Amino acid sequence: MTEQPMVRFDNVSKRYGALTVLNGLNLEIARGEKVSVIGPSGSGKTTVLRMLMTLETINDGVIWVEGEPLTHMQQGGTLVPANLAHIRRIRAKIGMVFQSFNLFPHMTAMANCIEAPITVLGMKRADAEARAAELLDMVGLSQKKDHYPSQLSGGQQQRVAIARALAMRPKIMLFDEVTSALDPELVGEVLQVIRQIGREHDLTMLMVTHQMGFAKEFSDRVCFFYQGKICEQGPPGELFGAPKNERTRQFLHAVLEAG
Amino acid sequence: MIWDWSFALEILPVLARAAVISIEATLLGFAIAASLGLVLAVIRIAVPWTGWTISVLVELIRSTPLLIQIFFLYFVFPKFGLVLDAFTAGVMAIGIHYAAYCSEVYRAGFDNIHRGQWEASIALNLSSWTTFRDIIIPQAIPPIVPALGNYLVALFKETPLLSAIAVLELMQTAKIIGSETFRYTEPITLVGLFFLAMSLVSAALIRALERLLNRRNTR
Repeated sequence: MTEQPMVRFDNVSKRYGALTVLNGLNLEIARGEKVSVIGPSGSGKTTVLRMLMTLETINDGVIWVEGEPLTHMQQGGTLVPANLAHIRRIRAKIGMVFQSFNLFPHMTAMANCIEAPITVLGMKRADAEARAAELLDMVGLSQKKDHYPSQLSGGQQQRVAIARALAMRPKIMLFDEVTSALDPELVGEVLQVIRQIGREHDLTMLMVTHQMGFAKEFSDRVCFFYQGKICEQGPPGELFGAPKNERTRQFLHAVLEAG
Repeated sequence: MIWDWSFALEILPVLARAAVISIEATLLGFAIAASLGLVLAVIRIAVPWTGWTISVLVELIRSTPLLIQIFFLYFVFPKFGLVLDAFTAGVMAIGIHYAAYCSEVYRAGFDNIHRGQWEASIALNLSSWTTFRDIIIPQAIPPIVPALGNYLVALFKETPLLSAIAVLELMQTAKIIGSETFRYTEPITLVGLFFLAMSLVSAALIRALERLLNRRNTR
């Protein structure tokens, strides 16, 4: 038996009025696979993550998670749009880290990390705190657990956000340009944490990134998006080393030129 | 002599008892306004299809005089079998009237919450109830405390309208004293001074609360 892909986009389209952001996307991600998504802005790469997190609805197609439809549910042999209970059940497998951190500013780092485990998973406060303490320790912030987001640097906030997402024990982690809002000297500490969870956790990871070096070193596969479609994809060595598509070559050239 | 000190002192205890009724009406009315306003604002976001209905309702309440609404609850509702005593009808009318205003204040507060807070809540799979209770409301309230406070003071100053349905609050009591003694100067002046004093005290309390919340938020 072949294993179910962790995530499968099946002919998924997303439109805003007349503007087609994604056009018939087909993408499979295997369990434990690390996939980087690169491409020019407006290519639809962030939309892929946002649809999978159910922050955006889709216009056509179906998104599958571990063989179950996320956006739809089976009813009498056909797929109908999913209700909230179904979406929440499937969504529980997915965690996301945002470009702008989106920590809850009125809560300490610790409170940010235990909110969902207590209210959604029904964990006991003591258990949630123990787990959150482990995670904050892993991201190097055990000293900062009682600090509020405004008292933390951007890099520290983003590491708390990663710990917060992991506290929900997702199987899939989405990283949406997580270093783009950071000062250059803080990028490294966040990438270091992502590297570490890539090693230590059996997570499927999908990340949109502008850090080509990191994408090359970290991912199993890189997808280059252009105008709402995957223009080229492959192992990082191939895609960065010998891109086949002219668009990919132009994009990589422009990005590497910039620095 | 226009002002008689001994008469003023004589009626003071009576007015003080009536003041308690005015304050009770204010606190109960504002409790209704603040909670019902919040409920309306939350429903409007949580159940999008109710938006239009709630808008119409809010507009209807805000665009008709409070006095008419008080009369409606007290004199018209009994025709439909809902008989309320004057105090209850008055407090409910005031509470509902100001709930319409408060719901707009809460709405502005919710609109100010960054979209990322809602998205993070979805990503953490929080229920919409938890999202409102733990994430959105605690962030939305502190900035709108001054606006809510203004409505508390405004509501307080409208409680004399209850005299129209003979609730024995300050104004009604002053009117009764006036009609019995033919002296209006002292009771009406004292009532005015009382409202002035209470309004100033509430304004000071609200400013203090505001400072406290600001300090907590800029930690």
